[in-house]
Amino acid sequence: MATGTETTTRARVRWGLLDLLVVVFALVPVLWIASLSFKTPGTLTDGNFIPREWTLDNYRTIFDTDQFVRALINSIGIALIATLVAVVLGAMAAYAISRLDFPGKGLLVGVSLLIAMFPQVSLVSPLFEIERQLGLFDTWPGLILPYITFALPLAIYTLSAFFKQIPWDLEKAAKMDGATQGQAFRRVIAPLAAPGLFTTAILVFIFCWNDFLFAITLTSTERARTVPVALSFFTGESQFEDPTGAICAAAVVITVPIILFVLFFQRRIVSGLTSGAVKG
Amino acid sequence: MSINATPTGADVTAEETTRSTGRHATVPTQRAGRRKPPLSENRKAERKLGWLLCAPAALVMVAVTAYPIIYSVWLSLQRFDLRFPDEREFIGLENYVTVLSNEFWWTAFGVTMLITVVTVAVELVLGMGLAVIMHRTLVGRGIVRTAALIPYGIVTVVAAFSWRYAWTPGTGYLANLFSEGAPLTERASSLAIIMLAEIWKTTPFMALLLMAGLALVPEDLLKAASTDGATAWQRFTKVMLPVMKPAILVALLFRTLDAFRVFDNIFVLTAGGNETSSVSMLAYNNLIRGLNLGIGSTMSVLIFVTVAIIAFVFVKLFGTAAPGSDDGERR
Repeated sequence: MATGTETTTRARVRWGLLDLLVVVFALVPVLWIASLSFKTPGTLTDGNFIPREWTLDNYRTIFDTDQFVRALINSIGIALIATLVAVVLGAMAAYAISRLDFPGKGLLVGVSLLIAMFPQVSLVSPLFEIERQLGLFDTWPGLILPYITFALPLAIYTLSAFFKQIPWDLEKAAKMDGATQGQAFRRVIAPLAAPGLFTTAILVFIFCWNDFLFAITLTSTERARTVPVALSFFTGESQFEDPTGAICAAAVVITVPIILFVLFFQRRIVSGLTSGAVKG
Repeated sequence: MSINATPTGADVTAEETTRSTGRHATVPTQRAGRRKPPLSENRKAERKLGWLLCAPAALVMVAVTAYPIIYSVWLSLQRFDLRFPDEREFIGLENYVTVLSNEFWWTAFGVTMLITVVTVAVELVLGMGLAVIMHRTLVGRGIVRTAALIPYGIVTVVAAFSWRYAWTPGTGYLANLFSEGAPLTERASSLAIIMLAEIWKTTPFMALLLMAGLALVPEDLLKAASTDGATAWQRFTKVMLPVMKPAILVALLFRTLDAFRVFDNIFVLTAGGNETSSVSMLAYNNLIRGLNLGIGSTMSVLIFVTVAIIAFVFVKLFGTAAPGSDDGERR
């Protein structure tokens, strides 16, 4: 090993090349749709990876159509509400699972595991009929409910993994030092739990943001239709006959939040997914 | 299911011990004071609080899954076409006969199985490679992890459109590079593109699950093996794989069940044309396009049963490695 530095340099180059491969593999489809969204109608079908002529017209078009703006509002509203509720309910259950001893705990963990594996399409027909009878079909709550349900296992698993790492004894220590229960919670426990809650919220939001199956089966009009569904229905009635540019622009718009999450919270997302999913 | 029975039991005791020792350390007097009878009251309160905290989550999960599934069994036993609501009647298992003797169902079933098996197998290999890169790379670890999270996070429909336009003749960079004609209008190439899209989207998730297992491989063990003259491949198969086995099985189980639900990619890429429908696609078409609740529900039930069988076989085959058995030792 006389040539130690040389081997590390070579190893670094080798890893660097592998890294590059991964980055290219991951980014190409995203860059491609972004590129299409900036192309002018004339160059849209030239097959070039990089636009020859750049334009923002596609973005102007979609923000001028009610169809897209409505869907965007629906997407944001539904995903945020579902995330909020799922994280609150999940945190309550996860606290109980990680801190309390009570019969039925194993059952709850088992049920959430089963739901994580549940084929969502199996719910499509009965939910369609049930929601029609209850008047929930094509409404926000009609989508929020299934989203909460399928986000809960994720929330419960991730949060109980986080809660188990919190040094709860600090709470008692704070109380011994004269803090009230409320202060101990606010000043000690809440700051420790916040990162876990935040990470879980991101994961749950991504899940709700992503859904297509429920959104397409449980809605029928712009009242509750989310962007992924609206995308698949874009026909380009209000513009040129070809909706490709508009679809791509809309696709880029709903990808932006995901990219931001990933860029700013990579560490949290990775730790949330790995700790929640498996440990030994 | 009894998957969690033993592990959770173990979990409880392990946790109880740590918690009581914790209490012991900070407030020994209080602990001693609470000995026999008050403790049981304490436990009662703890139970109550536990149930109270879990009730909302449990209620929502059961209400939105268990009840509809039972209801869909009931629907599947009826002739129920929303276009002819007057003809609704109880017909026993007739819908099941109709579906199971229908060639479209079996084609879709075959397509779904093919996609599941191929994508999960490829993803296991690629995911393992990606996991190793994300875990061990000497340079740019953050960049690789960030990049890998993009396919995981991106909306499936968006990715599917990207692939669709990439393979559209004229428009697409891939179509111009690799093929004559339109690959999305032929069955074999369509299926290949659907699988490519699935693999691109879900390999990072597989890799993250595997990376969790990779983190458990003791560094010393690898060094020792290396000193004893084990090659990189031997270190991988003899040291890393055995330690990672539980993580691999969990990843396989989750991805298999997830792959079986394939819908979004097919919807955007081919809309099920040229016999590329999956079972989910077929159920959707019968329900929303055909408005046939009876047949749609029958397919729902059949898919549910198939998934249950797959999960059961996994758990039986690999026994203790079921997810959830991890709880106890979570650091």
